[in-house]
Amino acid sequence: MGFAQPKGSVLIKDGTVLTITNGTIENGDVLIEDGIITQIGEDISAPDGVDVVDASGKYVMPGIIDPHSHIAGVDINEATNPVTAEVKMGNSINPNDIAIYRALAGGVSAIHLLHGSANVIGGESETLKLRYGQDQGQLKFKDAPRTIKFALGENPTRVHGQGSGIQPRTRMGVEQVIRRTFDAALDYRRNREAYLEAKESYNGQGAPPKPVAKNLRMETIADIIEGNVLVHCHSYRADEILMLMRVFNDYGVKNYTFTHGNEAFKVAPELKENGAYASVFSDWWAYKFEVYYSTAFNASILNANGVVTSINSDSDELIRHLNHEAAKTIRYGNTSKNDALKMITLNPAIQLGIDDKVGSLEEGKQGDISIWSEHPLSIYTINQMTFVDGIKYFDRKEDADDMRIDIDPKEEWEEPTILHTGGHECMHDTFYLFSETASQ
Amino acid sequence: MKALKFISLLILTLVLAQVSAAQITEKPGFGKFAITGGDIYTVTNGVIEDGTVLIEGKTITYVGEKTNIKSDYTQINASGKRVYPGFIDAGTGLGLQEIGAVAVTNDQNEVGTFNPYVMAFTAINPHSAAIPVTRTSGVTTVISAPGSGIISGKATLINLYGNSPDSMAVLQKAGLVHNWPSAGRRGWWDDRSDEEIEKQYKEQINELKEYWKKAIAYHNMMASFDENAAGKEQPDTDPQLEAMREVIDGDIPVIVKVDAGKDILKVIDWIKEMREKTDARFILAGLEEGWLVADAIADADLPSLVGPVLATPSKDYMNYQAAYQNAGKIQAAGTPVALMTQEIENVRNLPFNAGFAATYGMGTEDALKAITIVPARIFGVEDQLGSIEEGKVANLFIADGDPFEPMNHVEQVFIEGFKIPMTNRHRQLYEQFLDRDATVSE
Repeated sequence: MGFAQPKGSVLIKDGTVLTITNGTIENGDVLIEDGIITQIGEDISAPDGVDVVDASGKYVMPGIIDPHSHIAGVDINEATNPVTAEVKMGNSINPNDIAIYRALAGGVSAIHLLHGSANVIGGESETLKLRYGQDQGQLKFKDAPRTIKFALGENPTRVHGQGSGIQPRTRMGVEQVIRRTFDAALDYRRNREAYLEAKESYNGQGAPPKPVAKNLRMETIADIIEGNVLVHCHSYRADEILMLMRVFNDYGVKNYTFTHGNEAFKVAPELKENGAYASVFSDWWAYKFEVYYSTAFNASILNANGVVTSINSDSDELIRHLNHEAAKTIRYGNTSKNDALKMITLNPAIQLGIDDKVGSLEEGKQGDISIWSEHPLSIYTINQMTFVDGIKYFDRKEDADDMRIDIDPKEEWEEPTILHTGGHECMHDTFYLFSETASQ
Repeated sequence: MKALKFISLLILTLVLAQVSAAQITEKPGFGKFAITGGDIYTVTNGVIEDGTVLIEGKTITYVGEKTNIKSDYTQINASGKRVYPGFIDAGTGLGLQEIGAVAVTNDQNEVGTFNPYVMAFTAINPHSAAIPVTRTSGVTTVISAPGSGIISGKATLINLYGNSPDSMAVLQKAGLVHNWPSAGRRGWWDDRSDEEIEKQYKEQINELKEYWKKAIAYHNMMASFDENAAGKEQPDTDPQLEAMREVIDGDIPVIVKVDAGKDILKVIDWIKEMREKTDARFILAGLEEGWLVADAIADADLPSLVGPVLATPSKDYMNYQAAYQNAGKIQAAGTPVALMTQEIENVRNLPFNAGFAATYGMGTEDALKAITIVPARIFGVEDQLGSIEEGKVANLFIADGDPFEPMNHVEQVFIEGFKIPMTNRHRQLYEQFLDRDATVSE
């Protein structure tokens, strides 16, 4: 899938430019050439052939990044083993998911398409740019680091321990699943490399080296330990967050994010000390026991304690207004407006290892931008346009009342009504494994 | 000496324990309050700038321009702030469920298809952790409703402060929750065939029509016996059908929950039929696809409870704003619309649902009415709730700006005249953990 990803040029003029990293420019212009921001300032003139977008009276900000999403996912949960590091969400992308378009309409330009939370070590996730209308390969975020999903607490213990009678049934077991898997991966890599070396140097004399078969699961785990795959760990309680940091310290794993982290606020100093990140809901709580002692002030507490914090959706509904979810950090804890915006732009970019490319409006970064009718944290704002790599993928003025491409007015076909969507997508595919009745 | 030291230490410990207990269990104030200097959003009589609201006991006794305030009033300076009537969520499960995934904490869904005698009022937990979380957002009053089967039971209208359902209830029985069987799929996981769906739908419709027929017959039989027992054998009581009598008489309205466009049209036909045969009053609720048939709803003169606004469109091909615009479109056709979240722990997002409805077509003023005076009128309690007016119950709050804005803060809430402590689990955890390791200086 090594096709060139489409890039465009555009000059966005006279908007209130919220750069995130360098303050606000009133009447500011942003020039994107061939997908890259080449100039930010005032009175920039458009190079020949570059379209101009009038943003006067509007707000220009980086495209929103959702660090926890399952939109555009085909299958989400390979819930067959507590460890399934060999599977990849990159092989499970539906580029036609209407949720991609709806997220673009909410100003989102990139998402982290995560594996589900059924397994302690789930599959590799995929960072996507929302190039709606392109194919699977074109949706992938080029040169984004590899990432993987871990999951602690009720979901893996219910699915595997309670559901199938295998470890882990408890949070104690969750720790040991990780430790024994890491130990096995260290042994595997040592043995595999020794074998490959011996094979390389084997000159046909004597017995050939005993083969060590390639094991994709162990390859990925070893890559995690060596720092080549970033961990995003589904977690809720403070004790399990501390547990994983202890384990990661023992194996030297760094640069990881606790996703959901409803009790992350309780261990904010420890997160800060370990350089761990948190990606949280604005206000979800009480939907299961491990989120009963939650607070909507979570993000504000973490932010005030110096933890790099993002707000995520895990929902095809919330992803449509992450700006509004971020604004709640002001109601709950008086986070500054710029820090609130950081939680849906720069901070998720840091957590995904793509902050050198996106997450703020800076010269040299990629041209992912959303344009809003009012300040993006206001409830009265409406996203007008979303650009990815300088190409416009959403324009409210051109938005269709009916998304069907071909409608035959004579046909009596009706699409089924799917009511009340927008639940917790982590449970996708295996929702029955998470319900109490199923497990009895 | 040692004993003395021990005793004084013990006393100190006890005192400290009481101080911290007092912080958590702060009692609400009650008596005479004067809120001065704020802009008063009365809802029914416009905005009074730099106005005054007087509260005595549970009642609003004055609303207007600056006035002389007697010395026995506790004054609350609201200058630069706004005062609103308490918000009303027309559809929640608040108080009926504590933790979603823990079935034993869920009292919303009784077993059985027809349960008219089941009452949400009975199972309201006044001390649910979600109640203080909700009321400190300015939502002072909710409909809390049961949810299962076709007739789930009776919803209750409660104020969100009190130590018993009795002290919270505005209406013990606010409406009969009647779920219209859906001809649509229940979710992406619903893998029934089209034929199966159609068959099950027809069976359920027949079942509900039969039930109503039986209920009407029972009601007529009982009414005729009550009127003149002479020469008649006293019929046995059927507690379920007995609970339908106040509904058939129109004392308690029927809240018909229905979402799909074509189902709504069927419901309207059925309601027309029922109106001929009974005195029942009807309210529609849910109405996810109400915008498709807004004129039909208006023509049938059916007040509507709409929401959640923050939802995805019901069909993939629909415009992305369909759910945001829905309430506004139903209202624009001429139907009184109240908003609801259908939430439990996050009913506090009602103002944001209203904000989205406002932004996407309804306008701020009408969206405000949709969570205050309109639900009060629909449930017949507009003499008590829904606006800031003299003689109404003192359900109101002070905010530092437009409460639809998530960037603003609700600063003080009053419910039935009680000055509510502005704390809840979320705020307590914030205070405990914001600066977790800070030590108290001696």
